[in-house]
Amino acid sequence: MWVVYTLNSLYFAALLFLVSLGLNIILGVMGVLNLAHGGLYAVGAFMAAWLIIGLGTKLPALLIITGLAGGVLLAGIVGWVIERFLIRAMYSRALEYQLLLTFGVLLLLEDLIKMVWGGQAYYASAPFDGVGQVVILGHTYPVYFLLVIAVTVVTGIGIWLFMTKTRMGIMMRAISLDREMATGLGLPVTRISNFAFVLGSALAGLAGALVVPTTPALLGIGLEPLILSFIVVVVGGLGSISGAVVGALLVGFTRSFGIALFPEIELPLLFLIAGIILVIKPEGLMGRGKEGR
Amino acid sequence: MAKRIPWAVYALLFILLLLVPQGVSLHNLMLFEYGLAFAIAGLGFNLLLGYTGLLSFGHGAYFAAGAYTVAMISRYLPDWYALEIVIPAALFFSFIVALLFGFLCVRHTKVFFSILTMALSMVLFSLLFKLYALTGGSDGVRIPLPSLFGFSFEGMRRPEFLQGVYYYFLVIFFAAGFLVMKGIVNSPFGKALQSIRDNEVRAELIGVRVRRYRLYAFCISGLFTGLGGALWSFINGHVTPELSHWVFSGEVVYMVLLGGFGTFEGPIIGAILFTFLKLYAMSYTQYWMFVIGGTFIVLVMVLPNGLAGAAVSLWQKIKPARSR
Repeated sequence: MWVVYTLNSLYFAALLFLVSLGLNIILGVMGVLNLAHGGLYAVGAFMAAWLIIGLGTKLPALLIITGLAGGVLLAGIVGWVIERFLIRAMYSRALEYQLLLTFGVLLLLEDLIKMVWGGQAYYASAPFDGVGQVVILGHTYPVYFLLVIAVTVVTGIGIWLFMTKTRMGIMMRAISLDREMATGLGLPVTRISNFAFVLGSALAGLAGALVVPTTPALLGIGLEPLILSFIVVVVGGLGSISGAVVGALLVGFTRSFGIALFPEIELPLLFLIAGIILVIKPEGLMGRGKEGR
Repeated sequence: MAKRIPWAVYALLFILLLLVPQGVSLHNLMLFEYGLAFAIAGLGFNLLLGYTGLLSFGHGAYFAAGAYTVAMISRYLPDWYALEIVIPAALFFSFIVALLFGFLCVRHTKVFFSILTMALSMVLFSLLFKLYALTGGSDGVRIPLPSLFGFSFEGMRRPEFLQGVYYYFLVIFFAAGFLVMKGIVNSPFGKALQSIRDNEVRAELIGVRVRRYRLYAFCISGLFTGLGGALWSFINGHVTPELSHWVFSGEVVYMVLLGGFGTFEGPIIGAILFTFLKLYAMSYTQYWMFVIGGTFIVLVMVLPNGLAGAAVSLWQKIKPARSR
């Protein structure tokens, strides 16, 4: 069974990585801990589910691509609106206010979803059933989970290339290292912050859209991934991409093997491990030391 | 901070509080009691946010610690289920939880502190949620009516209990909590906390032991919040793990922000207002989270000092104009 558990861990880690990567980009570039991230994840999930059900074809590839594109696009647009009209007005204020603002947005988004899509659950398992199963080392395993892992790996590499090779990515890293200095050098900080928020939101939407063929889209779907990705961010280190990878893998494996071995205390165990890491290394496994704390 | 309010005003307000049951309906009285219990928790929360400059997003944990102490005693030690025993026990256990969590959390400040408090409160949530055999899991635990100094309220209906003895019990605890907290924030210890809030480095240089003082503040804050939780549990009659969920902690933050954390009395006003606002929003529309979230955003953007803060600054604007 360990093959299945390992693959489950990787699948779980992949989703968490996408959520916490977005969270980390926003936290790094803007210094905002975005509680509305859970809401954006839910927006992506509902949009994808709605599209998949509405499309009604049997072609899994078409369904998956439409669902993902729709989820990413809508979450990105919502993210743009949040940044442009709410967060931008708060840059000069204390960090705590920005945190509180995003909490308000989270509540707002939850009810907006309810207004648009109603309170019922959306079951969009067509792509999951459509791609079928595969036998790995004597265990049948859903292809869809492997697909999620693949999409995540591609996205992760894409973001990494973007951050290291393109002008925009390098400017984003410069801002996250020293916002004041970057402003002084004349970087378009406002525009880049807006872009970072949209990028982060789109990643949350992607994760939501990816998860929806495996589990129904429900109200409050974003709360658990949000809290788990906080652990990823804290354990991995503030604003670091490699930290998000390590953190997501740690949480993913603890979660998956925890559920298999000690189902009663799987979640507390996770927090316990996170707590121990923080006592030993307060800045996180891949953290950069004191700054930003 | 705010102007000084003379003691006579407090005494008058206390007498008014005692007269409240005479003037309002049972429904509103119960809401008011919820508000008072939250107000005690809000006072505790504000010691951290308003006076030490730490935004906790996990105060639900201490609230739940207090409430679940009551629940566990009623379930497993029915012989000891008396107010004079469960309240100190709730204080003790919320203090222990706050000490444990605080030890980890005060190593950090700002956003990191907020995430950590949130994550730790979720530990308690998941324990309360998963340990079904012990805590009743998501069903929660029913809270029967307790006895007080040997006097049993058995056979009494909860509304009668809440309208009678319990209201005065609650008001006395509220008044005591108010005075103690007032004493704390005006003591040298309270001033030291404020110096940490205003400038950590300078506070350390003049000899304030920053991390230790933060831990003390954290524990006192948890203690008050636990007291609020314990007193709340009797009003609600039922406790669930959701109390420790970070969304509930967010509601505590909302209350304090609504009233204003820059003023000592702000959280009290906020807690009572929030209780009424939430219930009326819930009964008028199914989109109550929209109302709460929307007002929250407006508060943060337009009235960062809350209603009490806005009132104080309005008063200060009017007053000099009049005296001139």
